[in-house]
Amino acid sequence: MRIANRTIQFLFSLSFLILPLMASASGGHSESADKEFSATELINSHIGDSHEFHIADWNGHAISLPLPIILWTDNGLEIFSASEFHHDNTGHHVAKEKFVRYNEVIFYADKFETLKEEDKSAFNFAARPLDFSITKNVFSMLMSVIILLVLFITVARSYKKNSMAPKGLAGFLEPLVIFVRDDIAIPNIGEKKYGKYMPYLLTIFFFIWINNLIGLIPFFPFSSNLTGNIYFTFVMAFITFLITTLSANKAYWGHIFAPPVPKALYPIMWPVEIIGMFTKPFALMIRLFANITAGHIIILSLISLIYIFKTVAIAPVSGAFVLFMSVLEMLVAALQAYVFTLLSALFIGQAVEEHDHH
Amino acid sequence: MNFTSPESLVFWTTLIFVVFFLLMRKFAWKPILGAVKGREDSINNALLAAENAKKDMLNLKSDNEKLLAEARAERDLMIKEAREIKEKMIADAKSEAQVQGAAMIESAKATIESEKNAAMAELKNQVSSLSLEIAETLLKGELSNKEAQTKLVEKMLGDAKLN
Repeated sequence: MRIANRTIQFLFSLSFLILPLMASASGGHSESADKEFSATELINSHIGDSHEFHIADWNGHAISLPLPIILWTDNGLEIFSASEFHHDNTGHHVAKEKFVRYNEVIFYADKFETLKEEDKSAFNFAARPLDFSITKNVFSMLMSVIILLVLFITVARSYKKNSMAPKGLAGFLEPLVIFVRDDIAIPNIGEKKYGKYMPYLLTIFFFIWINNLIGLIPFFPFSSNLTGNIYFTFVMAFITFLITTLSANKAYWGHIFAPPVPKALYPIMWPVEIIGMFTKPFALMIRLFANITAGHIIILSLISLIYIFKTVAIAPVSGAFVLFMSVLEMLVAALQAYVFTLLSALFIGQAVEEHDHH
Repeated sequence: MNFTSPESLVFWTTLIFVVFFLLMRKFAWKPILGAVKGREDSINNALLAAENAKKDMLNLKSDNEKLLAEARAERDLMIKEAREIKEKMIADAKSEAQVQGAAMIESAKATIESEKNAAMAELKNQVSSLSLEIAETLLKGELSNKEAQTKLVEKMLGDAKLN
């Protein structure tokens, strides 16, 4: 216990020491450009996705890891490095003689010239090539996948050698696996059918959790906001929706198309029930996105206070708040992974439930 | 938040997640869940075996107790029998001794009677021969005097009556 206490104390004091560095790393590039500091711009750039992984600023120059840009253009596939844009994000620098980047969206340079301001959006597919780049979030996702594969394959291997009580890494991760099985899968899906869905539930639990945690670490190669990105949560929720719908049994469809109400009410009930099928995963998508993004916005806002007040004196105050928020966000990281998995299990459980309780 | 091109993250998330899920299912979850299940089963089996062993022990104990009780009953029976035999032997010996003693007393009595009779006969003989001698002596003395003779005879008769 005493060693653990000391470790925690050490980590706390260390985090206090690096807080000012963190603040400068976060705010540096806007400050160095010698223009008015904009918290909105800073926060938007940090919670959004990016074609390069920003590491730090040095003497006004951004140091970043350029990531591969993969474009499906009208003339086929184009792959090049994000460094071709020379950190330009305003649509001025033309890369490869064809492309410009504006707010992290890549447009055809010739079409971009004629675009009106409101048409310069990511959803203007006519003016831009399809973008399959390995962005910061994709990079971060690949990293999390590798970490999890290494961790869990190590654990899986350790069982071959050790048939006794689990030790080491297995001793740490096995209770979490059992937690997902005994407290999420079995109570919601049922003793008989849970086995089929266990790999999915375990995968999303650990996948979301580790990406939540990666988002909380404020320096390279972490700090991406993957689980706070609505495209990511959309895919995760959509997979849960697919699994729920595809494994649904007669009772589930019966509940939707022949609910236990007078037949005259069916025209009202059908839309309600069908909308209900989609609102459940929709809530999953919004919940994870909003919780994680909100946490990032709060932490970044607190750091921005230093630059808004333009004084170092505010640093300890916002540092203390950031520390508090970071600890809270660590709880939220685990909690949101749990909630996402729990609700997925609940929806699957409703879809495979044998008899109707009504 | 900057809405960057949605297709990039949607495409990569789907692809990476599906591949990741398949890899994890094959190489991580199956072995881990299998090992956990196997261990749980082996623990349950071990507990069950211990329970059975406990039951067997109880059975064995009750068997032992039964055997012990049987042995104890047998011992009691044997002791009881021995006691009975002992008592019977004692009683037999007593009655035998009584019979023999009675017989011995009887024969002793008979011997004593016969000895007494013999002694009496001897005594009678002795007394008669003694009295004959006395009578001879007296007769020799008294027959010299007639009166004395008569007196003597009378006296003797008188003595004889007294006897």
